[in-house]
Amino acid sequence: MRHFIRSAAVAIAMATASTLTLSAAWAADISGAGATFPYPIYAKWADAYKKETGTGLNYQSIGSGGGIKQIKAKTVTFGASDAPLKGDELDSTGLAQFPMVMGGIVPVVNLEGIKPGELVLDGPTLADIFIGKITNWNDAAIKKLNPKIKLPDQAIAVVHRSDGSGTTFNFSYYLGDVSADWKSKVGVDKALEWPVGIGAKGNEGVANNVSQTGGAIGYVEYAYAKQNKLTYADMVNKDGKKVAPTAKAFSAAAANADWNSQPGYGVILANQAGAESWPMTSATWILVYKKPDDATATAEALKFFAWSYAKGDKMAAELDYVPMPDKVVKSVEEMWGKDIVDKDGKPLFSGM
Amino acid sequence: MTAVSEAVTSSALRAREATVRRFAFTDMVFRAATRASAILVLVLLGGVAISLVAGSWEALSKFGLNFLTTEAWNPVTENFGALAPIYGTVVTSAIAIIIAVPIGIGIAVFLTELCPRPLRRPIGIAVELLAGIPSIIYGIWGLFVFAPFLQTTIQPFIINIFHSVPGLNSLFAGPPYGIGLLTSSLILAIMVLPFITSITKDVFDTVPAVLKESAYGIGCTTWEVTRRVVIPYTRVGIMGGVMLGLGRALGETMAVTFVIGNAHRISASLFAPGTTISATIANEFTEADGALYTSSLVALGLILFIITFIILAIARYMLLRIDSRTGA
Repeated sequence: MRHFIRSAAVAIAMATASTLTLSAAWAADISGAGATFPYPIYAKWADAYKKETGTGLNYQSIGSGGGIKQIKAKTVTFGASDAPLKGDELDSTGLAQFPMVMGGIVPVVNLEGIKPGELVLDGPTLADIFIGKITNWNDAAIKKLNPKIKLPDQAIAVVHRSDGSGTTFNFSYYLGDVSADWKSKVGVDKALEWPVGIGAKGNEGVANNVSQTGGAIGYVEYAYAKQNKLTYADMVNKDGKKVAPTAKAFSAAAANADWNSQPGYGVILANQAGAESWPMTSATWILVYKKPDDATATAEALKFFAWSYAKGDKMAAELDYVPMPDKVVKSVEEMWGKDIVDKDGKPLFSGM
Repeated sequence: MTAVSEAVTSSALRAREATVRRFAFTDMVFRAATRASAILVLVLLGGVAISLVAGSWEALSKFGLNFLTTEAWNPVTENFGALAPIYGTVVTSAIAIIIAVPIGIGIAVFLTELCPRPLRRPIGIAVELLAGIPSIIYGIWGLFVFAPFLQTTIQPFIINIFHSVPGLNSLFAGPPYGIGLLTSSLILAIMVLPFITSITKDVFDTVPAVLKESAYGIGCTTWEVTRRVVIPYTRVGIMGGVMLGLGRALGETMAVTFVIGNAHRISASLFAPGTTISATIANEFTEADGALYTSSLVALGLILFIITFIILAIARYMLLRIDSRTGA
C-alpha cells in the first residue's frame, strides 16, 4: 500500500512536470481555429514560418462556425471564417476582421464520358438543380448550355455539405444572387434546409460522394476538385462569358471588388462583374480582438499574418489559392496599426 | 511473576486492539472508496441529464411540443423540428433489428444445438469479432464498397421490379443514390448482430439439458425442440438481447453518418437519404452558431438520451428476469 502511494505520488509529480514543460512549449505557438477551406495554405505557411522564426502555429480546422465560437469564447488568439461577420457584430464583440487569402468554389459532376471542363453551367441552371426543379441530366436547360455534349438520361443526384460551412455560405450566396427563387425558398447561410440531395461532411465528404455516385453534382473548393481529379464544370459568369476555374479567373473576380465598401473587408466575391471573373470566388477572413487580453499572443499572430502576406504568395499559388492584392494588404496593415492595441492603447503592430 | 505475565497480556491486548483498529480503518476507507466510485457514476449520469435539459431549455421552451412534430430543420430562419431525425433513427434501427434478429437467433441455434464441436469456437469468435470492428471502419466500408455496390446492382434491380406495384413502388422509389435509409439499416444490422447473437447464445445455454433431452426423448425434431422448448424458455432473455442491440443501433453515429445521406427529410422511399439524431449532432454541432441552433441540437441529444435510456432499462429488466429464473 505504502509503496503504491509512493509510486502514485511520483507519477503525479512527473505528469505535472511534463504538463508544465508542454504548456511552456505551447505558449510560444500561435493558436487559432476555424475554417477548413484555408487550412492547407495556413498549414503550409505555418511550416515555412516556423523554419524561419521558430514560432509555430496551432490551427484547428473545425469549420467557420466553430472558429467564430472559439474566438468569442477567447480560447484562441484568432478565429478564421469563410463567412464574414457583419459590421454591427464586429462592433458589439470588439473584433477586427481582415481577409487572408482567396479561392474558388467549383461545381463537380460525375457523368460518364464527360471530362473536366467539358460541361458548362450557368447560375440559374445551377440554382434550379440544387432546388430540385431540374432533376435529369438531359433537361432542356442543361442541353441548351451544352449543345455539343451528349447528355445521358440520368437522374441528377445532388450532393451538398451536411455540416455548416463557409463554402456553403458562399455557394448559397451566389445562387441567391442569381435566382430569386433560391433566395426566397432556401436562403443564404452556412447551413441550409436543402430541398433535395444527400449531405456529406466536409469538402472531402462531398468530393468522395460525388466520385462514388453516378449522375452526381456537388460543390467543393477548387483544391479538392483538383486533388481528387473530379470533373469540374465551367460556368457562365455575370458578363455572360464562359470561364474555367483557374487562379487567374479567381483573381479577376477579386480585382473588381471594392474591399473598403464593407466593414471588416466583408466583401462577398460571388458573381462579380468582369469578362474573366469566376462567379463563385470567395475570400476567407481572420478575426482577432482589437484590445486582446493577451497582447503578446495577438502581436505574434499579426507578425505571422504580415509575414504570410509578404512572403506567402508563391506558396498560395502552388495550392491554387489567390493571394490578397497588395493594395488590400496595405490597407489591412494600416488598420492593424490603428485599431489593434494593447491595454494602454499602444499599437501591437508596427510594420515588418 | 504474575505481574510480569499480566504486563505481557495487557501489552499483547493493546497490540491486538491497535491491529483491529487499523483493520477497521482500512476497511472503512476501502468501503468509502468503492461507494464513492459507485456514487460517481450516478452523479455523472445525473450531471449529463441535467446539462442536457439545461442546454436544450431554450429550444424546448421556444418550440414546445411542436419540436417533436415538426419536420423543418432550417438554420436560416432558425426553425427547428426533430421529426425527421427521430423518424430516421427509429426506422433505421427498426429495420436493422428486423434483419438482425432472425439471423442472430439462427446463428445462436446453430452454435448451441447443431454445430459440430470443432466449428463452434471459430464461428462464435468470428461473430464476436464483428463487435470489435470500430464503427468508423463500417462507415468507410459502407461508403466506398457497399453503397456503390447497392447503387449499381441491387437498387436499380429492386426499383425496376416494384415500379408498377402500388405501395411498394413508393417504398422503393429511385433515384438510386447508393446511400440512404436502407443502406444504413443494413450496416446497422451487421453491427448489432454480434450483440444479439452472443446474448441469445448465452441464454440458450441456460436451458436445462433435462428439458431438451426429454423433448428429444419423446421424439421431437431439432426444429420442434428449438421452437417449442428453447425459444419459449428463453424468450425474455432474447428480448433483452434484442433491446441491447436496439440501444446500440439507436445511438450509432459514425457509420450511419457516412451512409445515411444526412438530409433532413422524411420520404416514403427507403432508398432516399435521411438523417438520424446522432448523425445530425455529429454533422452540425461544431458549426452551429446561434444559441437556438445549438440548443436544438442539444434537445435532439436529450431525446436520444431518453429513448436509449428507456430501451436499455427494458433490456436490463428482461435480462434480470431470466437471471433470477435460472438462478433459482
